[in-house]
Amino acid sequence: MLLIPCPHCGERPEIEFRYGGEAHVARPADPSALDDEAWAAYLYLRNNPKGLHAERWRHIHGCGRYFNVLRDTVSDKITATYKAGEPRPDLPATEAAE
Amino acid sequence: MPETAAIRQGAFDQLAARAAAVTFTPCPPAARFVFRGRPAGFAAAGDAFGVALPQTACRAATTGSRSALWLGPDEWLLLAEDGAVAAIEAAFADRLGQQPHSLVDVSHRNTAVEIAGPAAADVLNAGCPLDLRLEAFPVGMCTRTLFAKAEIVLWRTDAQRFRVEVWRSFAGYLWGLLDEIRREHAA
Ligand SMILES: [Zn+2]
Repeated sequence: MLLIPCPHCGERPEIEFRYGGEAHVARPADPSALDDEAWAAYLYLRNNPKGLHAERWRHIHGCGRYFNVLRDTVSDKITATYKAGEPRPDLPATEAAE
Repeated sequence: MPETAAIRQGAFDQLAARAAAVTFTPCPPAARFVFRGRPAGFAAAGDAFGVALPQTACRAATTGSRSALWLGPDEWLLLAEDGAVAAIEAAFADRLGQQPHSLVDVSHRNTAVEIAGPAAADVLNAGCPLDLRLEAFPVGMCTRTLFAKAEIVLWRTDAQRFRVEVWRSFAGYLWGLLDEIRREHAA
């Protein structure tokens, strides 16, 4: 079983967590000012990188909080976890490819 | 001649030892709340309840008959003596009336059972994936987690004693599975 480090609770088994999609997708401040294309992009278009991916997870059967994870989509290795609202850690690509 | 004295033992001795390895005891009725609020109100909430809310993740604090269990950075499970609901609500309204917070009475949503004995951690580990060794999950640690398909709040109250809080509709599921594991463990 994978262990996922919750920024609040520490390392916990993966079955306590739920995936929450790509992180740092900001809701437009004024949705009514957007045309359909821009609104659709906000709703549906997501990155699908091969490598480091910033994504949201929720410790649903633990502290209940959402937080962010930097995970390598190739190796499944989790490089960093950080609290919701904190900026994405600036990790060099070499570390990401490790 | 076989050495009969060496193998003789009471027919019930081993059975009794197995039965004592882990016991399940229903906890008496209690007043329970889930409190959520903002940091500015944490101290006042502790005053109102009579137990300072633990700020360390996954830790419980007890004063007299009342305990506060950390569930999340702004969320606690509060356990108190049966019948204290109205008094606790009044105390919170008095101390925290003007501050945004939520205090939800879950006295009857939850029920609790105490799992105790030398095999308590082993039996729990059959359904719960947490590391329950004493050094990883010390006395006083508590957390929301899973026992098989049931969400529980697990609280280690002593080296060989745990309190398991569970939604009452899961009581039969939890007990039945624990009992099955206990029998398998004793075999
Ligand atoms: Zn957590």
